[in-house]
Amino acid sequence: MGKIIIIDDEPLARSIVREFLQKHPQLEVIQECGDGFEGVKAIQQHQPDLIFLDIQMPKITGFEMLELIEQPPGVIFTTAFDEFAIKAFEAHAIDYLLKPFNQDRFDKAIGKWTEQRSGTTEKATQDLLESASLSPSQRQRIVVRNGSKIKIISVHDVFYLEAADDYVKIHTQEGYFLKNKTMNHFEQSLDIHQFVRSHRSYIVNVQQITRIDPYEKDNHVAILRSGAKVPVSRSGYSKLKEVLGL
Amino acid sequence: MSNSPLSILRFKVIFIICWLVIITDQAIALNFFGLPWQAAIIDSLICNALLLLACLLIMHTLRYYLPRGQQYINIFSICIFLSILWLILSKWLLKLSLGHYPGYTDMLHQSLSIRFSIGFLLLGCITMISILWYNQQEQKEKDTRKTDAEKLAKEAELFKLRQQLQPHFLFNSLNSINALIGSRPEEARKMVQQLSDFLRGTIKKEETQWVTLQEELQYLQLYLDIEKVRFGNRLATDINIDENTQSMKLPALLLQPIVENAIKFGLYDTTGETVIRLYASREENNLVIRVMNPFDPETSSPKQGIGFGLKSVQRRLYLLFARTDLLSTEAKENIFITVVKIPETT
Repeated sequence: MGKIIIIDDEPLARSIVREFLQKHPQLEVIQECGDGFEGVKAIQQHQPDLIFLDIQMPKITGFEMLELIEQPPGVIFTTAFDEFAIKAFEAHAIDYLLKPFNQDRFDKAIGKWTEQRSGTTEKATQDLLESASLSPSQRQRIVVRNGSKIKIISVHDVFYLEAADDYVKIHTQEGYFLKNKTMNHFEQSLDIHQFVRSHRSYIVNVQQITRIDPYEKDNHVAILRSGAKVPVSRSGYSKLKEVLGL
Repeated sequence: MSNSPLSILRFKVIFIICWLVIITDQAIALNFFGLPWQAAIIDSLICNALLLLACLLIMHTLRYYLPRGQQYINIFSICIFLSILWLILSKWLLKLSLGHYPGYTDMLHQSLSIRFSIGFLLLGCITMISILWYNQQEQKEKDTRKTDAEKLAKEAELFKLRQQLQPHFLFNSLNSINALIGSRPEEARKMVQQLSDFLRGTIKKEETQWVTLQEELQYLQLYLDIEKVRFGNRLATDINIDENTQSMKLPALLLQPIVENAIKFGLYDTTGETVIRLYASREENNLVIRVMNPFDPETSSPKQGIGFGLKSVQRRLYLLFARTDLLSTEAKENIFITVVKIPETT
């Protein structure tokens, strides 16, 4: 037996997956979701074995939804036309269904998933999400989970990022949010003209800086509009000077 | 290859008249200085026939070889050279045919310098006129080429802009049809028909074509029907147009991308039901269409909403009207409004 969740914003797109699944009686659809928010909830609640996931959906994309789930289940992506996503799939050898697809192609995808089920595909999924986060639209925002709520933060509203063990604290007007990513991830995915790694444990939004003061020997501290103080190391200081054109 | 000025009848007549006048003048002048009429006319004919040849020669040359910059000195030298050649040749011919008239040879020798200057002046004038003419011709050709190229580029650009809007919609619609075939074949058939009509509309209509608002809305309805099948209950529309706008005209296929953008923005930025509203009214001499969609002001700044769809509409309006103020957007609370103004050209 396998538990299935179908996540797609178009009802007919969900119904065809359901229809093709009739040939696989060992798999049971336990829920259909019309957007990523419902998806996150349903996945947490039911712990499915496999999800069918559309990329372009209301509010958050399929990729962003996956990022919010700590141990993602097996995924078969379905998409109509998204050059960026398709490139990402190809790059990480992840199977995907191009809409419209037929029963044969669908069965093959199921077969592949069944084979790999024993082995781990989580690494590939993580890598995929890593490269998906470099897409132009996803570089503009960060999706986080705050308890049961999902929050979409525009990168312009971010004050600074701070490393916190396995997480990164994203400081904003409304306090901070935690995201299960590395500092290196954010350093790479955020716009380098706006976000500077000022310190091993800090990335700062340069548009928020009001001034930079010396602090102890060799070190500096950046004062933000909000009044927050962000440490600046020696190498961080030269990076900041470069971006600010000093 | 540019045309010779003589290919135009008007210029040809003027040209011939000028030569007749010159020939007559010279004959009268020679007679005035004591040459009998017969000799004077023969002299003038020989002289000017040769000069005419020289002029035609230089006109013809310039047709294929137009001087640029420093090369004007070459043209000047050619003029002098041709004048001298003409003088020698006419002197020889004149002596041969009129040498038996008493005192003619003397008069010929005395008049050589004045003949030369008149010949050179005439040749120079013709050269200058030809250069001006051919330059103008060349400029004209360049201009037509330029406008042609611009027109082509414009058409290609318009075509491309429209093509880019299609694939996502098309594949998703096909996927919906695929789903309907199994469960509701009748509806699948209907949607195939709608999709075909819609696609035929995009192919058939030319970008430069103007249609009435009513026609455009019929076409838009096809698109909306397809989208409603795709998104089911989530999508609702409210179309409200003033009576006096029905027959107003707008460029074909202009509304669909705006509505498409509104649907995408509305559907992808909110969950639950989305109502897309379209209002049309007449304001001064403009057809004004407002398209409204809901959005979530917390998660998206309206700036991000102006996606590819609207940019291409703006570009198209610019290409058609050379104005950038015809498309505007505003956000009021949680409603995003796209306003497009179409000046009526009657």
